[in-house]
Amino acid sequence: MQRDSMTYDVVIVGAGPSGLAASIRLMQLAQEHQRELSVCVLEKGSEVGAHILSGAVMEPRALNELIPGWKAQGAPLHTPVQHDQFLFLTSQSSYRLPTPPQMHNDGNYVVSLGNFCRWLAQQAEALGVEIYPGFAAAEVLYDEAGTVTGVATGDMGVGRDGQPTTNYQPGMELHARYTLFAEGCRGSLTKTLFQRFGLREGADPQAYGIGIKELWEIEPEKHQPGLVVHTIGWPLDRHTYGGSFLYHLENRQVAVGFVIGLDYQNPYLSPFEEFQRFKTHPAIRPAFEGGRRIAYGARTLSEGGLQSIPKLTFPGGLLIGDTAGFLNVSKIKGIHTAMKSGMVAAESVFDALGAAEPVLEVNAYPGQLKQSWLWDELSQVRNIRPSFRWGLFGGILYSALDTYLLRGRAPWTLHHHEDHKALKPARAYTPIEYPKPDGKISFDKLSSVFISNTNHEENQPCHLTLRDPDVPVTVNLAEYAGPEQRYCPAGVYEFVEEGGPSRLQINAQNCVHCKTCDIKDPAQNIDWIVPEGGGGPNYPNM
Amino acid sequence: MKILVTVKRVADYNVKVYPKADGSDVEIANVKMSMNPFDEIAVEEAVRLKESGNATEIIAASIGVSQCQEVLRTALAMGADRAILVETGAAPEPLAVAKLLKALVEREQPDLVILGKQAIDGDCNQTGQMLAALLGWGQGAFASKLTLGEQETEVTREIDGGLETLILKLPAVVTADLRLNEPRYVKLPNIIKAKKKLLTTLSPGDLDTVLAAQLTTLKVAEPPKREAGIKVADAAELVAKLRNDVKVI
Repeated sequence: MQRDSMTYDVVIVGAGPSGLAASIRLMQLAQEHQRELSVCVLEKGSEVGAHILSGAVMEPRALNELIPGWKAQGAPLHTPVQHDQFLFLTSQSSYRLPTPPQMHNDGNYVVSLGNFCRWLAQQAEALGVEIYPGFAAAEVLYDEAGTVTGVATGDMGVGRDGQPTTNYQPGMELHARYTLFAEGCRGSLTKTLFQRFGLREGADPQAYGIGIKELWEIEPEKHQPGLVVHTIGWPLDRHTYGGSFLYHLENRQVAVGFVIGLDYQNPYLSPFEEFQRFKTHPAIRPAFEGGRRIAYGARTLSEGGLQSIPKLTFPGGLLIGDTAGFLNVSKIKGIHTAMKSGMVAAESVFDALGAAEPVLEVNAYPGQLKQSWLWDELSQVRNIRPSFRWGLFGGILYSALDTYLLRGRAPWTLHHHEDHKALKPARAYTPIEYPKPDGKISFDKLSSVFISNTNHEENQPCHLTLRDPDVPVTVNLAEYAGPEQRYCPAGVYEFVEEGGPSRLQINAQNCVHCKTCDIKDPAQNIDWIVPEGGGGPNYPNM
Repeated sequence: MKILVTVKRVADYNVKVYPKADGSDVEIANVKMSMNPFDEIAVEEAVRLKESGNATEIIAASIGVSQCQEVLRTALAMGADRAILVETGAAPEPLAVAKLLKALVEREQPDLVILGKQAIDGDCNQTGQMLAALLGWGQGAFASKLTLGEQETEVTREIDGGLETLILKLPAVVTADLRLNEPRYVKLPNIIKAKKKLLTTLSPGDLDTVLAAQLTTLKVAEPPKREAGIKVADAAELVAKLRNDVKVI
């Protein structure tokens, strides 16, 4: 069927901090130069912010540059960080460690990134950006020469069997001079672009982490707005990279979460259970007693840093934000860098749009980025994350040396390996006995997914696609004891027997769009593709 | 033939709301809001009546805070011709809504009013019935089928244990039940077109209506959590427990 089409100067895929910052910067430049510009942002979530999940402590550096008057314009940065704590946990005790210099948060804010994006979207719309939530970019469009000419939204009303239902609505083609991919960590279209344009050649493989988060409302006397606590150590073993965060926001709210490097080796490890267990630690548990959990969600993040950044441009398009991987993992912050990459890309794209000769590929963007503070910042911390291959203590020791002695100027660069190859066969391990949830401080997966408000239209093709339908049983279950049952934080993957041989059941409706399966599947057999627009979680205040 | 269709802005049906800490209401700050699903069915029915040539104009109306414009834009994108927002503070009670709608009906003179049978936030299921009573019109609540004639409309209602078919003289009030239709997906170009359609904002004063609260919310609380059960060894222990501990026999 013929699809309708619309044409814009710039189409941006994803209404997160990088995509929205890029759209705002483009419109600001158009106003300054009194030029007409049409910018469209597509968002797969049912509204802006619905799929946004982050800690988050936000460094306002990029925002100060983008919207200097953000305070007067009502940006939801209400809680300045007051106090930093860095703890090392053993199973029963906790020890205060000196807060590493990158983790000092003076001048930073504890925020809900979802609410911040909702506010950014209002600023963008006021400048004339068209934002369409509920429409997922499902396909990259190319011309005959192989230049990216835009994206197409997914068809709506396609049945589980792939056939149109009575409510069938074909997708739309959105054509643009330049398309900015701002899909966030492990973007599904970005993944196809990596392949098609060989963008990852010469870059290290991306290293990922999974972050699982809950929002709590705690007892008023325990609440200290602006308190920021990070922990390392228990419950993780020293070969697994990760730690917790605990941020006190306004209105008695506390964001608590756990991040685990997806290069973990033990297939019996369950990031979800590690997080639940973490909350029961004697130093952590009291804060949540008498409180109630109000939201849950999960999302992966790119931890590779500088050496994992792919080629950022190709004919007709650019990569911005965490789909490229600008997160500063030693600061555990990526909002300011995501925004900055979007802003720099916007400036390069704006110049290209006004150039006398047509510019096919915006090569100025990576050059401009290297001139910016973003590159300096990532360059200084580039060896921290990979040094944790030497275990927790090796990593801490190296990081201290790199930070205090070499000051980020080591003449060498440590490299990353592919996360999915780090997983070891189950025979080398014994299953981990996780404690049963108590329903007060720790919970099971299903009651957790319930409050992510996630849903997908039931009658649609499964958006978690298997390249080989036999691999889950013949490889994953046989060799790795079915790790997808454990790494998925939403209970999407289940091995069921029902009296016959085991088979994999995919409960795609539960999916919270974290992308862990696409990353960690040992055989790289799972391709996460966008479901019908509007599906997925509906996070409030996350 | 002119149709007035009403839409309410409510917390999205996927969102699990929870009571505020002070028990005054449920928490909806930064929660995804959307059109009440039964109202979506009402709009869809009106649009189908227009597409089949039975109606000539569809007016979508909403009553509430200024953000209700968003659900009116959705109704316009689905196919309504123009929209009216009666801007009030927090969502008014069903009787106040019915009175405002009556005033709107007198102003717009529609031949048919279609409402959702109830809103999924308050679950009152009152507005349509009250409106019909205030206007002195016939009502067909819980409609699962609607056929429009020149002077009358045939409405199939979902009632306990079956279906009831009524013929209502026009003008009339109909409220939409779940099986009336399956609302369409809104097309992107229609969202863009909807931005240009006429949306009028009125105040209750413009409609000579004074809103007086009849109800006071005492407390909003979660239902009590179900405690885990226990296992008993035999019937004798069960009877003893029922008699001595729970004291129900």
